[in-house]
Amino acid sequence: MLILSPFYKKERKNMSTEHKSLTGAQALLKGLEQQGVEYIFGIPGGVVIPIFDALVNSKIKFILTRHEQGATHMADGYARATGKTGVVIATSGPGATNTLTGIMTAHMDSIPLVILTGQAKRAVIGKDAFQEADIFGMSMPVVKHSYLVREINDIPRIIKEAFYIASTGRPGPVLVDLPSDVSSGVFTGTFDVPMDLKGYHKTSLPSKKDFINFAKAFKNSRKPLLLAGHGVIISKADKELKELALKLGAPVVNTLLGKGAFPETHVLSLGMLGMHGTAYANKALVSCDLVCSIGSRWDDRINGNNDEFCIGAKKLHIDIDPAEIGKIVKPDLSLIGDAREILQELLKYIEPAETKEWLKEVASYKKDFPLIYDIKKGLTVPLLVDEVFKLTKGKAIVVTDVGQHQMWTSQFYKCAAPDQWLSSGGAGTMGYGFPAAIGAQFGRPHSLVFCFSGDGGFQMTMSDLATAAIHKLPVKVIVNENKYLGMVRQWQELFFDNRKSGVDLRGNPDFVKIANAYGIKGISIKKPSEVKAKLQEAIKHKGPVVIHAHIIKEDNVFPMIPAGKSAHHMMLNPPKNK
Amino acid sequence: MANKKNIHTISLLVANKPGVLVRVASVFARRGYNIDALVVSPSFDPNYSTMTITAEGDPETLDQIIKQTAKLIDVIHSCEHTGQDAIHRELALVKMKNIPVHRSVIMKILEAYQVKIIEENQDIIIIALADTTARVDSSKIC
Repeated sequence: MLILSPFYKKERKNMSTEHKSLTGAQALLKGLEQQGVEYIFGIPGGVVIPIFDALVNSKIKFILTRHEQGATHMADGYARATGKTGVVIATSGPGATNTLTGIMTAHMDSIPLVILTGQAKRAVIGKDAFQEADIFGMSMPVVKHSYLVREINDIPRIIKEAFYIASTGRPGPVLVDLPSDVSSGVFTGTFDVPMDLKGYHKTSLPSKKDFINFAKAFKNSRKPLLLAGHGVIISKADKELKELALKLGAPVVNTLLGKGAFPETHVLSLGMLGMHGTAYANKALVSCDLVCSIGSRWDDRINGNNDEFCIGAKKLHIDIDPAEIGKIVKPDLSLIGDAREILQELLKYIEPAETKEWLKEVASYKKDFPLIYDIKKGLTVPLLVDEVFKLTKGKAIVVTDVGQHQMWTSQFYKCAAPDQWLSSGGAGTMGYGFPAAIGAQFGRPHSLVFCFSGDGGFQMTMSDLATAAIHKLPVKVIVNENKYLGMVRQWQELFFDNRKSGVDLRGNPDFVKIANAYGIKGISIKKPSEVKAKLQEAIKHKGPVVIHAHIIKEDNVFPMIPAGKSAHHMMLNPPKNK
Repeated sequence: MANKKNIHTISLLVANKPGVLVRVASVFARRGYNIDALVVSPSFDPNYSTMTITAEGDPETLDQIIKQTAKLIDVIHSCEHTGQDAIHRELALVKMKNIPVHRSVIMKILEAYQVKIIEENQDIIIIALADTTARVDSSKIC
């Protein structure tokens, strides 16, 4: 048994108050407090105990999760829902490597995170110490930047830089690796230190000529199409985008992560484009004579086949990251900078375009190829999403996992606001949804958070039901159970002669019982007729709710553009030879 | 030697911090660019280093590499030198046994190229040749 000296506490107190001498860990927390950090998500371990010790006297709330991947997704969900930087802490070795999936997820979607990892003490780094992992090296391809702290007095500067880098420009995750003797050593530096970032600066606004050329291209276009991406949301350019669309009279399509950048309920909105986008968005894409991407990186889920993408149309690109210009699509014109600043300037030069005929054409697509689902089919995800949309008046924060349900949710939950949609886009990380919803609820405690998940993805990170239960977070998670890894099964059905392989989720638990085991309310939905009442019951309940939805087994997401194909190859319905 | 058209020389000014070489190298590796030659040396300010990289690959990927390296926080700037605006020199240092046969070879090369004997004792001779890659190759001294 460990017996602490009665003087231990007193000594520690003296150290931090009377002599103003801090440990590295205390300096770290002071730095985090200065950044306005509210929550840190994570799990402790040997080398980070000094940091956890310092947390005892800190204002920052620590949220103990059940897995570091969950912690990282929570910080990600918190960041997406609030626009602030999410913070994660994990111990060295396996603790640190468990964060990698979450870091990669955040990196792909430009989410500001600061990940604090413990490290073996400096003298033994590189000598295979217990729980030593080169997380600095391993994480390099999936971070915006990273630090291995070698000097205790560097902590304030590094923390300042980490938050600045994570949250400015094109946001992204920044990892700070802290050797245990850096955390436990004595800090003798100061907090009033400048950043040392000579290679990191804001790009200057493009020239007036560039804006005039852009405006000219719009003026000469008869069929302009605006493509709104995540960048619009990150830079809070939704008002400017709306003004641009109205001024031009141009329809707007959005990416998966751009949901809410332009109200999907607006008459000029064509909703999501791409692989599982609306038919009318993709038809407009094929027919337009100008496409202007704002804060989107022409992902392959949008473009399909690059050689056939928007042939004949002028391509305009606005992005904050110079490396995105020409990476996938060679634009005719481009503007580099923050979407809001660029649009504010561009609006000065924009003149209305003649788009009457174009809007008629687009309206006919909407009329002829509407986004619908078959109510008679039985219990389906679209039906559930549609009902949630109606009950929440389209105002819930909606979080999804990855797979078929993600696509259906993006199709049928129209987002009118830029801060209500959370989904793992670039990475497509199964297991993201539920912990991200927890993070979103921490950040926005008074908002209604709905998480749509699948039986595959939910089981990857459902251990954080404990976290939801402890903190009484009123997250409503719908586990859509079809006993399949549905999206893979859909591809096998459509493109591999229906040879199912590795997709059968036999052995699923009763998710109501799982919820109950954590002290969480569970609701089972088996028939379309009970959807409304059961969802109302879930919304009324003050705590977390797991809704086990027994959806029909073999449902497919349409429209669908097969991978690597252009929008010309869009399938509106299942193939007939089936 | 590989097709000259696809050989590129890239210069970077980088912060002299641990890990910067790995960050830069992985941008090349990820995109299938093979680094032929790499020189890292301190600049006049010890906080910064210059990197000169010769690499082989298609020009379109090169554009991405320049942009992706420039994006790295520790990279101050990154640029490619096209044929016209840079002077390329390859330095060959050759160590040989100090025997009469070698001496006569050296004398022949000395006539045709700007070769210097930089070290000589009874056992060995070291000669240095600094010239274009093509000239160094054609001298056949290495």
